[in-house]
Amino acid sequence: MSMAADDRELRDESLDGLQLSAQLERIWRTPSGLLGALMSVDHKVVGRRYIVTAFAFLLLGGILAMLMRVQLAGPEKTFLSPDKYNQIFTMHGSTMMFLFAVPVMEAFAVYLVPLMVGTRNIAFPRLNAFSFWMFLFGGCFLWISFLLNVGPDVGWFAYVPLSSLQFTPTKRADVWAQMITFTEVAALAVAVEIVVTVFKLRAPGMTLDRIPLFVWAMLVTAFLVMFAMPSIMVASTSLILDRLVNTRFYDSSSGGHPLLWQHLFWFFGHPEVYIIFIPGTGMVSMILATFARRPVIGYPVIILSLIAIGFLSFGLWVHHMFVTGLPQLGAGLFTASSMLIAVPSGLQIFCWLATLWDGRPVYRTPLLFVLGFIAIFVIGGLSGVMVASVPIDTQVHDTYFVVAHFHYVLIGGAVFPLLGAVYYWFPKITGRMLSESVGRWNFWLAFIGFNVAFFPMHILGLIGMPRRVYTYTAEMGWERLNLLSSVGAFIFALSFALLLANVIYSLRKGARAGDNPWNASTLEWATSSPPPPHNFDRIPVVKHRDPLWADSESLPVVAGLSAERREVLLTSLAEAEPQVREASPEPSIWPLLTAIATTVFFIGSIFTPWAVLWGTPPMAITLIGWFWPTGSREDEA
Amino acid sequence: MPVRVRTALVFLATWLLAACSGRQSALDPQGLQSDQIRHTLFIFLIIAAIVWIAVMVVLGIGMLRRKRASNQPLDLDRRFEEGSGRLILGLGIATVIIVLGLSFVSYAGQRTVFAKDENALTLKIIGHQWWWEVHYEADSPHQSFVTANEIRIPTGQPVKVELESADVIHSFWVPSLTGKMDLITGQKNELQFTAKNAGIYRGQCAEFCGLQHAHMAFAVIALPPDEFGRWRDHENQSANSPADPLGKQGEDLFRGRGCALCHNIRGTLAGGQLGPDLTHVGNRTTVAAGTLPLSPATLGAWIADPQHIKPGNLMPRMPLQSDELIAIIHYLEQLK
Amino acid sequence: MKQTIVRNVAELPTFGFGPRSGPWWGAMGFMALEGMGFAIAIGTYLYLYAVNPTWPIGASPPDLWPGTVEAALYLLSIIPNEYTNRVAQRQDLPRVRICLIVMSLIGIVLLVLRGFEFAHLNTRWDNSAYGSVVWLILGLHTTHLATDVGDTVVLAVLMFTHHAKPRRFSDVTDNVFYWNFVVLAWLPLYFLLDWVPRL
Ligand code: HEA
Ligand code: HEA
Ligand code: HEC
Ligand code: CUA
Ligand SMILES: [Cu+2]
Repeated sequence: MSMAADDRELRDESLDGLQLSAQLERIWRTPSGLLGALMSVDHKVVGRRYIVTAFAFLLLGGILAMLMRVQLAGPEKTFLSPDKYNQIFTMHGSTMMFLFAVPVMEAFAVYLVPLMVGTRNIAFPRLNAFSFWMFLFGGCFLWISFLLNVGPDVGWFAYVPLSSLQFTPTKRADVWAQMITFTEVAALAVAVEIVVTVFKLRAPGMTLDRIPLFVWAMLVTAFLVMFAMPSIMVASTSLILDRLVNTRFYDSSSGGHPLLWQHLFWFFGHPEVYIIFIPGTGMVSMILATFARRPVIGYPVIILSLIAIGFLSFGLWVHHMFVTGLPQLGAGLFTASSMLIAVPSGLQIFCWLATLWDGRPVYRTPLLFVLGFIAIFVIGGLSGVMVASVPIDTQVHDTYFVVAHFHYVLIGGAVFPLLGAVYYWFPKITGRMLSESVGRWNFWLAFIGFNVAFFPMHILGLIGMPRRVYTYTAEMGWERLNLLSSVGAFIFALSFALLLANVIYSLRKGARAGDNPWNASTLEWATSSPPPPHNFDRIPVVKHRDPLWADSESLPVVAGLSAERREVLLTSLAEAEPQVREASPEPSIWPLLTAIATTVFFIGSIFTPWAVLWGTPPMAITLIGWFWPTGSREDEA
Repeated sequence: MPVRVRTALVFLATWLLAACSGRQSALDPQGLQSDQIRHTLFIFLIIAAIVWIAVMVVLGIGMLRRKRASNQPLDLDRRFEEGSGRLILGLGIATVIIVLGLSFVSYAGQRTVFAKDENALTLKIIGHQWWWEVHYEADSPHQSFVTANEIRIPTGQPVKVELESADVIHSFWVPSLTGKMDLITGQKNELQFTAKNAGIYRGQCAEFCGLQHAHMAFAVIALPPDEFGRWRDHENQSANSPADPLGKQGEDLFRGRGCALCHNIRGTLAGGQLGPDLTHVGNRTTVAAGTLPLSPATLGAWIADPQHIKPGNLMPRMPLQSDELIAIIHYLEQLK
Repeated sequence: MKQTIVRNVAELPTFGFGPRSGPWWGAMGFMALEGMGFAIAIGTYLYLYAVNPTWPIGASPPDLWPGTVEAALYLLSIIPNEYTNRVAQRQDLPRVRICLIVMSLIGIVLLVLRGFEFAHLNTRWDNSAYGSVVWLILGLHTTHLATDVGDTVVLAVLMFTHHAKPRRFSDVTDNVFYWNFVVLAWLPLYFLLDWVPRL
């Protein structure tokens, strides 16, 4: 080891105060200019872009939802043609699931996890930048296709044989399948980063039982991503192969089977919904502790519940296939396993209720969203228990009852916590508070609008309305409830408009937030708002699960890291004992170039198999460029 | 609650739910299986309502309760911590017991719903984009016949439908009689049900199957057994020959204008297999897989421009003069 | 917030091997998810195997020799691979250079053999679902093989330049680790592709 070089190095103990901040800022900041911005590997910059992009997709998916609600507001409306309607509901479902719900949770994790565990950057920052570009390009690819009228129209789970070449001879199904590949690559990359960040980059002393609950939730989520997404990768790849080079995976006349698709899809698809929900519970735990003004009761219970949900979620996929003619006894077992997941979900709810009982709740907007979450999510969870019953599901499967169920859990379980999270962490991310009075309006409109929009759908499903129908006749007796639902949907949309207005207004005029405006307990609040490029002048040392409540006077920190190159502190897995001062990568344009090369490869390969040949060399070259050492001291240490 | 508010609420509820026992409702069971399912559903519904209300009550008390003594977040009350830990554990166990109970209820219901009866009347149903092919099968081949989009069954007798698909996945669903079952390419599924009362029950394809999934409905007409037997004997016969010259002209046009390429009319030269069998189409209640009620006018509208009524469906618009159209309608009407 | 320095980490090394290093955990993560990918592919094979009355469909089983020779070579390659690991830990640059060249050559030989294996599968991907899944699985493994060989070659080149700095040795050990994964993944696949159709 080149000890000599180390000795001459400038260390942070020889600087202090403003001098240290300025020096670290110089090393860690994103280069200026457009090129600099494209090269950024700062997890906060990437995370912010990720969050904004995901919300842009929420807006787009939401607009599609509104179009559907207009079409369904009355019987036999001709506002949308059947072809447009089918594209729109597919785009709505796919956008919401793959381009909004999963990415937005990962985006928050990319931003918050490194801050919460007290480190300077995420693990593999270049992979992180690459992940964002892949997500962006994949999303744009899907939406541009849609605007060119080749948007997918086979539903968000694209069942074969409808999505096979024979029944969808256009490129629409290929677009869907390849969009999946893009978003999976992005999601898998983030998952690995999160796992390594949590395993190795925790501040000294942050033992396993001192990790904030949001970080725990994201860790479990990351594992779910790693073990669920390969299944959809195999599925979407084999679908494209069937469509492009005539493989026979799903062709029942040559030994393939349509149900293979359903198994592969739902083996991913079921964990997918918990990939969306678990981060939401993490947000709830954080917000609740801060506003109930005490730690969440049952910290170990919550962690065990998260892990239990994670494991159980791989054993339920068949409950999406109860009416495909599977053996009855087997189906019955999946009923039981599906319902069992109510137990860990319930335990979490009980812990939160107990926390609220003992707390001194401060009813600010984030807490309102958490309370709304409890009311709505429990309805959605209970309707989940209903659809988990085989006989009940034979009636309600593929009806609006299921549509009601999953909007209750998705919006109640994930979007409400997310909106709470926006109000809660906005000051940290931007340095300004969101308006509290607009926040209250936002909450109440959202709560009322949501329930008016989606509660009637339960009844609609029971009185026979199937999902994915572009219209219905007046004599079915569905039009009043549908009208009500559409009205509710518009109220709900209005609440989002208020949020958007609040964000735009507060970015410029909002009250300045100090470091810790809510008087919260976790490390992200120990640095300035917004945090400097290097996050912390000195890496904190953690001695308590709620470090800022325990040491409210002064923060214990470590010294001895380099002050002239990017360095992060690696600690041991369980005890978080410092082990290594590892270099952290510099900004680089290669992740972007690699993402462009990969995009060309992916899009090319839905048109010709030869793309595999001419598409690989650029990818290989950009990857080598990415990993080739630059000769700077970081790389050569 | 003030009386005015209450009246308004009652009014709103009746206005919204006026049609709850509509034409295809799981809440309006007319068959043994749908009855059982509604029963199971109600048990779940009641338990779910109790659980939700309990959670809300606890949440409400938690919010209204007097505040904790200390305002130091970490200054915790040991007794409360331990007590609440035990309570949470207890509630967890209670949840286990409830869900196991519900699983049991569910399984019991499932057994009833899926019970098999060897003596069931057997039909075969083949799903097409976007209509239903129905085979009545009997031991002797001349008792077997094919029809479409309408199923007649006897009341009180178990009916077994064998489900197959000619193209993509569809799902057979008559909520008033029983739950749904998919028709899957390359796989044979089956479903049994028994209608308790005579009546017309609407069914609809429940699995998204492409452009006109919304218009893939059908009717199940449950008849008293003797009436069913008469219908079956009649349906088994070949088509009526048209009685008048206009009808004869229609029959010729049906062949001459290409309809016969896709449609079968037993006892005539029309033997196409791509579209619904029309042998006794005049007896049906609807046109185009439940899209319109059957009448000379709707039949005419359909044949004149099927793509207007059901955009994208697989029957092309055939160029017909208006007198030709009238003849064809007249002919089809007589196919009773 | 006021800060109190309670520890100094200046004495810690600037890179580590194995579980002490970040990239090692990254490689672990990717191996876990790729392993899951293999598991799903195996599941797909077995599903198709279970739903089809005849197997293999309309073809004879793959010829045994290419897969078997590969399996043998893979197993033998563990020896030079582990040796690479040892010399990299010792930061013995000359030996590491030789080892990387040897490992690159082994990889290239295996890629060539893989070409023969495709030619001796006795089925095409578009013959039947059997052909499709066999090509998918073999293709999946070949992608791993090819990327690892590419990685080894690049590392070998790096080690002959002035970039051969201490932390590169850590990269070499991660590469060794990944190779073991490629070998380990092959064994069940070999059994599945070459022996299950003969059962
Ligand atoms: C955030 C997403 C999310 C979450 C958290 C859930 C949670 C659950 N879901 Fe849901 N689900 C979806 C998203 C989600 N789901 C989506 C998107 C679909 C449709 C996909 C499509 O077809 O397009 C779907 C579809 C779906 C189906 C298939 C329906 C069909 O297509 O026919 C089933 C069937 O079993 C099901 C069950 C459940 C169950 C049992 C839970 C459980 O996890 C719920 C557990 C929670 C509770 C029960 C509440 C809290 C507990 C207590 C307060 C304790 C007391 C409770 C009891 C005593 C019961 N879901
Ligand atoms: C997280 C996922 C999610 C979310 C949030 C939503 C939100 C909504 N959904 Fe969706 N939905 C799905 C997931 C989701 N949905 C899925 C998976 C399906 C199944 C698809 C399929 O069958 O294939 C589905 C299907 C579905 C259907 C059934 C279609 C059919 O079967 O024919 C309907 C019908 O009403 C519907 C309605 C709505 C409505 C009104 C909203 C509203 O809540 C939307 C309101 C939102 C807005 C109007 C956007 C406003 C946003 C802003 C203003 C941005 C703010 C910006 C910043 C803060 C920066 N959805
Ligand atoms: C290319 C094939 C084709 C041709 C030619 C064709 N049809 Fe059809 N027909 C269909 C199909 C397919 C349907 C089912 C459409 C649906 O409901 O989606 C249908 C449905 C119908 C129905 C409604 C049946 C029911 O039970 O609802 C009638 C009546 C009918 N056709 C009459 C005609 C007449 C008359 C002609 C000639 C002028 C004709 N068809 C020509 C394919 C064809
Ligand atoms: Cu057939 Cu939907
Ligand atoms: Cu599920």
